Amino acid sequence: MAKYPPPEELIKINYSTPVKSWMDTKTPFKPGNFSYPGKPDILKYLGMPNPRVWSPTDDDWQLPPDWQRLVMEKFRSLLKKYRSFKVFMDICVRCGACADKCHFFIGGGDPKNMPVLRAELLRSIYRGEFSAAAKVLGKLAGARKLEEDVIKEWFLYFYQCTECRRCSLFCPYGIDTAEITMMARELLHEVGCNINWILEPAANCNRTGNHLGIQPHAYKDMMDFLCDDIEDITGKRIRPNVNKKGCEILFITPSGDIFADPGIYTYMGYLILFEHLGLDVTWSTYASEGGNFGLFTSDKMMKKINGKMYNEAKRLGVKWILGGECGHMWRVINQYMSTMNGPADFLETPVSPITGTKFDAASGTKMLHIAEFTADLIKNKKLNLDPSRNDNFISTFHDSCNPARGMGLLEEPRYIMKNVCRQFYEMPENTIREQTFCCGGGAGLNNEEFTETRLRGGLPRGNAVKYVRDRHGVNNLACICAIDRATLPPLCDYWAPGVGVSGVHELVGNAIILDGEKKRTTDLRQNPLPGMEDEEE
Amino acid sequence: MAAFYSFLAVLALIVIPWLGVGMGMSALFGIALPYIAIIIFMVGFTMRIVDWAKSPVPFCIPTTGGQQKSLPWIKWSPWDNPVDKKGVFMRMVLEVLCFRSLFRNTSVKLQQDGPKVGYSSEKSLWLFSLIFHYCFLLILVRHLRFFLMPIPGAVGIAEFLDSILQIGLPVMYQSDALIMVGLLFLLARRVFDGKVRYITLMQDYFPLFLLLGIVLTGVWMRYVVKVDVIAVKELTMSIVTLRPHMPTAPIDPSVYAHLTLVCALFIYFPFSKLMHMGGIFLSPTRVLPNMSRRAQWVNPWNDPAVKAHSYEAYEDDFREKMIEAGLPVDKKA
Repeated sequence: MAKYPPPEELIKINYSTPVKSWMDTKTPFKPGNFSYPGKPDILKYLGMPNPRVWSPTDDDWQLPPDWQRLVMEKFRSLLKKYRSFKVFMDICVRCGACADKCHFFIGGGDPKNMPVLRAELLRSIYRGEFSAAAKVLGKLAGARKLEEDVIKEWFLYFYQCTECRRCSLFCPYGIDTAEITMMARELLHEVGCNINWILEPAANCNRTGNHLGIQPHAYKDMMDFLCDDIEDITGKRIRPNVNKKGCEILFITPSGDIFADPGIYTYMGYLILFEHLGLDVTWSTYASEGGNFGLFTSDKMMKKINGKMYNEAKRLGVKWILGGECGHMWRVINQYMSTMNGPADFLETPVSPITGTKFDAASGTKMLHIAEFTADLIKNKKLNLDPSRNDNFISTFHDSCNPARGMGLLEEPRYIMKNVCRQFYEMPENTIREQTFCCGGGAGLNNEEFTETRLRGGLPRGNAVKYVRDRHGVNNLACICAIDRATLPPLCDYWAPGVGVSGVHELVGNAIILDGEKKRTTDLRQNPLPGMEDEEE
Repeated sequence: MAAFYSFLAVLALIVIPWLGVGMGMSALFGIALPYIAIIIFMVGFTMRIVDWAKSPVPFCIPTTGGQQKSLPWIKWSPWDNPVDKKGVFMRMVLEVLCFRSLFRNTSVKLQQDGPKVGYSSEKSLWLFSLIFHYCFLLILVRHLRFFLMPIPGAVGIAEFLDSILQIGLPVMYQSDALIMVGLLFLLARRVFDGKVRYITLMQDYFPLFLLLGIVLTGVWMRYVVKVDVIAVKELTMSIVTLRPHMPTAPIDPSVYAHLTLVCALFIYFPFSKLMHMGGIFLSPTRVLPNMSRRAQWVNPWNDPAVKAHSYEAYEDDFREKMIEAGLPVDKKA
């Protein structure tokens, strides 16, 4: 377990800025503020440059001999490939509107976590290398030379950005730090500076179909195990299709949900929902990952990993794809998937076989979000629900960054929440919907060694949860993201003890009354239902 | 330091023409420089826009600021989360004319005991930058009087509205005072707000001082020395009609200082952050509709050679285990 200070100490945040210019201020690497570098064998497997054993705390980072040329060449090529990058390098007026919008700045006070300054880390090199006037004026004009310390600084701060895009919402020109961070990470890959928590899942996903490296037989085992639990709770045996050809729908969700508490309860929720509907749906082990750590690596890696979804849909001959609860997965599906691997002409626009609703929002990608699907079912009264089974939960809802600001999926999950549980309270308005705060672990930063910084970054979210806990007695933070389900529990334990975390479809699973099920005495977590505390098995 | 150098640079841009005109170089500052400035501005501005526009937009990456268009019974935010050109047009109208995103601005307050992180609405930046930009626009429109013959009615209306309070003689334009307020606020933020000071560069101070210089020399000309407007117009019209000549009546040196500063602004513009004026229209997170799940967005450099690890390779890797687990396989072992 990583060591980090208690909340009383961590909260002593100083928002003042040093007198010295930021270019003259060096931030040391210390345990808790960086993620471990990519392992050489992983880099080799992925065909990425400069595999070696190194640590950010080393003086010598063993950069390749011509590293400056490599970085600047990549810089030039990225400027040619992305208008966003070029425009964002050029038009920032440094108004500072973004400064206190970043969760890492709010929770840490490090001025280099102000989005504008994070971008200036790159802009200073852009000016120093590409602009003659700025070269002459140097530091006064925010220009500097590309030195090894710059690479170190990039590594620290571009792996302290979760690509949540909250700054981009407030920027008068829409400058998107997620975009800038993606570019910076591509530059860093050129010289072999990257983190293992992103690359190992990406490598796993490539080979086994999911980030966790779960092989097909093991996946099936875990699924059976969850079906056993469902049988214990409901008395009904569910036999889900896996890798089955000829189904109407392929379902893909993050692998984190089959593996770890509390994601598994959401997974059970999906199984129960499909059983309840008698849905003609199959799961896949080849495409057993909804998430895409390629998004945090490079456009190539993202495309490569994402390609499996359509590959599998085609091989299995389904009509359309249904996607589970996940944050960055949905940014990829909404904004990248069809462009990279489409058009998916072999699929049809999703139509709910239960309600007949045609989902035009997914007419291009042919991939539907489970929250859209379920909201439509509830609206059409196709679900047999008993919301009182969730009465032990007093819930609030955490919007994940990507479905909020990279899609706009705000109402659908709320509609479901309000129908499957009877106690629901919103967090303060500046912390939800499009203004939502990150869990602190997005963009591949949900690793153990980064916990201290992640908890700092989790302050705005944690504090909003604490607010509704104190005010309304909220004890459950619902979300639609697998990374959230991994990072929010420790965050809540730290900033708002007593609040647990669930997926939205876990609550759906609790509420659904299956045909012929036995009288349930516990919820999916096998905690007693309200009024059933004394019932024996 | 950066502020001081910027201030000095602007001061030089006032002093040099002032002295130069005294030494008989009025044609240089009155005729040659304006032509050079206009050419650099037009060519530079166009080149920057073309340069940006030439870079492709590989992905459709709007930042969505509200509910997506979803099921018909879910209330949608068509302007914060547009799906088509019409919606984007409205989003941009709100952004460009009303500074929609700045209007969202909040300020964080951390209360140690509790602890409590609070967010309060913070509209001062929105208000003062809006004041500055609109006053600047109004002043530009008023100045058309010097470049058009006959003077369009709109200019007269702008002048009438701008002087509606009827203070002083010559009657004071409210925009002259308000633009000063706006600029001084923007400058004060950079000097007194620690966070903003920390990120401010020379290229942030310079345009502020330059604009302040333009306003102050303008105010000086109009309200203090009360320059010969007829002579100025003779000069400006000669420039516009491409028959440049110096007017016979003498022009106060402050006019040349004013003109030089404006020329400096025009020359500086295309190479600076002031290009945000054009850039906003090319910012992918704002001008793209949220449509890439509805229809195909094409990436011109999409590489078809990048392929997913195939199912065949996957099955080859795990076939035995799959068969053992009872999972269907395409090829028997």
